[in-house]
Amino acid sequence: MQDIVSLETIYKIYQMGDVQVTALNGISMTIKKGEFVAVMGASGSGKSTLMNILGCLDRPSKGKYYLEGVDVSQFSKNELADIRNKKLGFVFQSFNLLSRTTVLENIELPLIYSKKLSRIDRDRIDQIMATLGLMEFQRHYPNQLSGGQQQRVAIARAIVSNPALLLADEPTGNLDSVTSTEVMNVLNDLNHNMGITIVLVTHESDIAKHARRVVVLKDGEVLSDTPSLSSASGSYPPSATFLHH
Amino acid sequence: MPALFKIALRAILRNKMRSSLTILGIVIGVGAVITMVSIGQGAKVMVEKQLESLGTNVLIIIPISTAHTAARGTAGTITLTAEDAFAIEKECSAVSYVSPGIRTTTQVVFGNLNWTTSVSGVGADYHIIRNWPMESGRFINQQDVNIMAKICVLGQTVVTNLFGTLDPIDKWIRVNNVPFKVIGVLSAKGESPTGQDQDDVVLMPYTTVQRKIMGVTYIGVTLASSVSAEARFEAIEQITSLLRQRHRLRPNEENDFTVISQVEFASTIMETSHTMTVLLGSIASVSLIVGGIGIMNIMLVSTTERTREIGIRMAVGAREKDILFQFLTEATVLSSIGGVVGIILGVVLSKMISYYGEWPSLLSPLSVAVAFLFSNMVGIFFGYYPARKASRLNPIDALRYE
Repeated sequence: MQDIVSLETIYKIYQMGDVQVTALNGISMTIKKGEFVAVMGASGSGKSTLMNILGCLDRPSKGKYYLEGVDVSQFSKNELADIRNKKLGFVFQSFNLLSRTTVLENIELPLIYSKKLSRIDRDRIDQIMATLGLMEFQRHYPNQLSGGQQQRVAIARAIVSNPALLLADEPTGNLDSVTSTEVMNVLNDLNHNMGITIVLVTHESDIAKHARRVVVLKDGEVLSDTPSLSSASGSYPPSATFLHH
Repeated sequence: MPALFKIALRAILRNKMRSSLTILGIVIGVGAVITMVSIGQGAKVMVEKQLESLGTNVLIIIPISTAHTAARGTAGTITLTAEDAFAIEKECSAVSYVSPGIRTTTQVVFGNLNWTTSVSGVGADYHIIRNWPMESGRFINQQDVNIMAKICVLGQTVVTNLFGTLDPIDKWIRVNNVPFKVIGVLSAKGESPTGQDQDDVVLMPYTTVQRKIMGVTYIGVTLASSVSAEARFEAIEQITSLLRQRHRLRPNEENDFTVISQVEFASTIMETSHTMTVLLGSIASVSLIVGGIGIMNIMLVSTTERTREIGIRMAVGAREKDILFQFLTEATVLSSIGGVVGIILGVVLSKMISYYGEWPSLLSPLSVAVAFLFSNMVGIFFGYYPARKASRLNPIDALRYE
């Protein structure tokens, strides 16, 4: 299968005054099309930094990042903005929807910046809203929706431009367990039925088990990279057990 | 672009109170500029009109030296005589007419009405020099001057105050208990550049004023006209050298008289009114700049408040340029709304001032266009820094901003 993401010895080094902090210490990994990968790790393990680099919000200090075969590691800010717009979708812990902007307009947002909002896009938006059960809320404002509904709006926005990669940063961090499961089911469906490649960052092993591959980071390095055991098997993956405390 | 415009408009409507206060700064600035400039322009046009009515070849001969004016004052000056005036008329080739003048302020009486006005003794050519047509009757002629006739010609203001709607021709008015027959009425002349009512005057032969009213032999401020507007400098020179000769002034002595051209006199006033326009305009511009700083202030607050929004937009693919345009559009929309409202305010204000203050105002489309353009430029200028600051944000930091 085609590689969506290919990282080659990625380093990210921050200069904090006189001290150099190595957030990512030569990470290499590939993510194939249609994968559902969970990235886990304690805080400070480098998972946020990895997410920022995967999401083209930040550039690596060293190493190469191929997104759909294109080396984006040395792209300019504007080129990165274009990549984020066309190839990436983001789902955040705190939803990050524009308040005082309707659900529909929030979903349309990426398309406004890609300067196209054609008939086909309208149909696609309708279809996505229908799939995620947001049709009836399209004129509502985010603060009129529940947390789960808001996160579904964010997911709709993330997939509206048909991205190569969907990045979910603690998407259930602000949700109760029932709603968390609901959101995870949505992501699972997108992965299963629409073939969307997903990278999920979480520190909850309950959430990580929804993924089919779990990467655990520690001190900026990959500690383990294992296929996830399905929840049906009733046992946690070893890596998750390792982190379970 | 339409999408960006919509975003900007929505952001403005989101904080109605804040936006209106910001706009108010620009409204006051643009309104003030429009009002001040139109009043200044009006004054300029008024002075220009008066300058035309004065005549471009009028020369004024004042029987005192400008150097001594302040020290000596005007009283008791007897340096100029009617003979000087005749000599100028006869010997100066660049001079076409001379009207000896003598003036006093006194009470004139008609029936039981009285009016304090300027009684001005003039020569027979006075109305030609001043280019002042008659409304009715005739002007003073040389015969009247020679016989010191007890006649007079009235200005419009005097007619209004003494006669009302009566026809003053052939009526008698009394000055110092001496009766004078009204032989003519001058047409309305309006205000002089210095703001005096030129129609508030009673004209008589200068000989009559000298002998019958004042009992003096000298003459005062005398008018002359050069043969053409271009010849006025030559005429001034001729008059000066003739009078120096007649007054037997030694080369090291100063003139005991002053000759000035009406044009130069008026253009000084023109300059003053121009300076006033510039001054008023620049004071008003300061308020426009203050308004601009208001926009900058609000935009800075707004971009800080909306850091997270900027982060979200960047995450979904907004480029630096998109963010820059968004906030620049917002600032420009604010300032151009202020510009439009300010123009309306300025138009209304200048109309009101010219109506109630009886001050002419001239609203040129150019000044309106310039004010609008300027308000937009203020928006772009003061909106650029906050907008650029917003566009340069790091998306990661912006997304994390609480």
